[in-house]
Amino acid sequence: MLTVTEVSRSFGGVYAVRDVSLSVADGEVCGVIGPNGAGKSTLFNLITGHLPAEHGQISFRGRRVDRLPPHRRARLGMSIVFQAARVFHGMTVKENVMVGAHGRTRAGFVAAALRLPRHRSDEKEIDTEATAALARVGLAKWADRPADRLPIGQQRALQLARALCARPRLLLLDEPASGLRGQERERLATLVEELRADGLTILLIEHDVAFVTRLADRIVVLDLGRVIADGPPAEVRTDPLVLAAYLGPSA
Amino acid sequence: MSAFLTYLLNGLAVGSAIALVASGLVTIHRVTGVVNFAQGTFAVIAGLCTSSLLGLGFPHGLSEVAAVLAAALAGLLTGLAAIGRPGTTPLSSLIVTLGVGVLAYAVEIVLWGDQPRSAPGLAGSVTLAGARVQTQHLLVIGVAAATFALLALFFGRTYLGKALTACASDPYAARVVGIDTRRMGLLAFALGGLLGGVAGVLVTPLRPISFDTDVTLIVNGFAAAVFGALTRPVITLAGALLLGVAETMAAGYGYGSHQLEVALGLMLVVMIVQASRRPAISQERA
Repeated sequence: MLTVTEVSRSFGGVYAVRDVSLSVADGEVCGVIGPNGAGKSTLFNLITGHLPAEHGQISFRGRRVDRLPPHRRARLGMSIVFQAARVFHGMTVKENVMVGAHGRTRAGFVAAALRLPRHRSDEKEIDTEATAALARVGLAKWADRPADRLPIGQQRALQLARALCARPRLLLLDEPASGLRGQERERLATLVEELRADGLTILLIEHDVAFVTRLADRIVVLDLGRVIADGPPAEVRTDPLVLAAYLGPSA
Repeated sequence: MSAFLTYLLNGLAVGSAIALVASGLVTIHRVTGVVNFAQGTFAVIAGLCTSSLLGLGFPHGLSEVAAVLAAALAGLLTGLAAIGRPGTTPLSSLIVTLGVGVLAYAVEIVLWGDQPRSAPGLAGSVTLAGARVQTQHLLVIGVAAATFALLALFFGRTYLGKALTACASDPYAARVVGIDTRRMGLLAFALGGLLGGVAGVLVTPLRPISFDTDVTLIVNGFAAAVFGALTRPVITLAGALLLGVAETMAAGYGYGSHQLEVALGLMLVVMIVQASRRPAISQERA
């Protein structure tokens, strides 16, 4: 599904990500963990296309994508949930989710402006799907509220609904558990488990090791911009290099 | 009393024209976050084109439509200059639009000279409740009302309108859901050009247009757009109508030379009030 081959990116001469390779197979939940400053966010932005890579290749669904802008990658089926509350202001919760389907709408500008039948059928279909996505993340009863007034946990759930409405092939989650309280975190973990059961491929970038080991089939560990371990959770957790990175060399 | 009514209706017409200029500003700002100082230029280009085309013997209707399309093209070109390069900040783009406006002066003077030009509009007038109103004034009011209804419907009810709004709210997240923010921005600029063009075509029969008329248009339009925090069409319309009526009343009751000052004063007051509540120009969060 996704193959990252030896990508590098530096800022002011310092490598944030250096020669990182990883791959995510169809239907797999892959976790990327690492201490602060390990290069997780940079790697994430390289995959989504918000940062260009200096070296290396990124392939998605058998296609080179490392020169494509973010919206083209999104249209190929990458959906993203940000750590920050990136919901669209001035719209209701449901409208936010409907915008998520933009990437696969067929009717163009003229059809929308004139409200031609094709546009209407598109809109009706998207409306139905948005409602379903909201129900899935537990936001159904908030559908008509202004999105920016939701608490942080629900804004993240909203982003997830927006991502699902795009019918993704690959779901990228950037630190989805950060800032969530116990109950919200539990609900999110359950949801990710359900999505995995549905066969969705997921790349989970996360600071919280317990959260990742519970959900991921495989874990990639980053430290100082390099991959220091890659394997099943049980294996990675006992890897001496990983322990050293997280706890310091003396551990 | 009938003088008052006449002033009121004329004021509404003037306000409608202002509203059309402002609607272009709002459309562009709402989608790109850019304050487009070349907005008055689009109206000037459309006005001058109409006058030339009619002068060359083209029929009414065709001339006006062609002029509006020329303005839309000017909008698209301005957009290419202002936001064509990915990563240009709204503030840099604002400076570019100022530059485009200045460059447009030179082009307009070469093509049309520096003398004001006019164009015939709808002739005649009607009497409403004892007040005489030019038919052209009614046309301006009607077109503005229809335009705003369409805009509100477009931004509020269609997902393409929502996608355009999403671009302004959070361009980063908009790209992630597959929205080509650059293309949407250019679309907004073309739409802004079109709206400016409509304003220009409608205004030219009422007052002669020259290359520097854009200053008057943009000051008034900007005042109204700021009233609507540069994002809300309906409040912008209300602001424009208020401004139009205020200016016409000022002129009607003997302060004709102070019209622009009324607009500027109102704009200042609104900007100060809004700035104290929240940043009016860039209200989207970082």
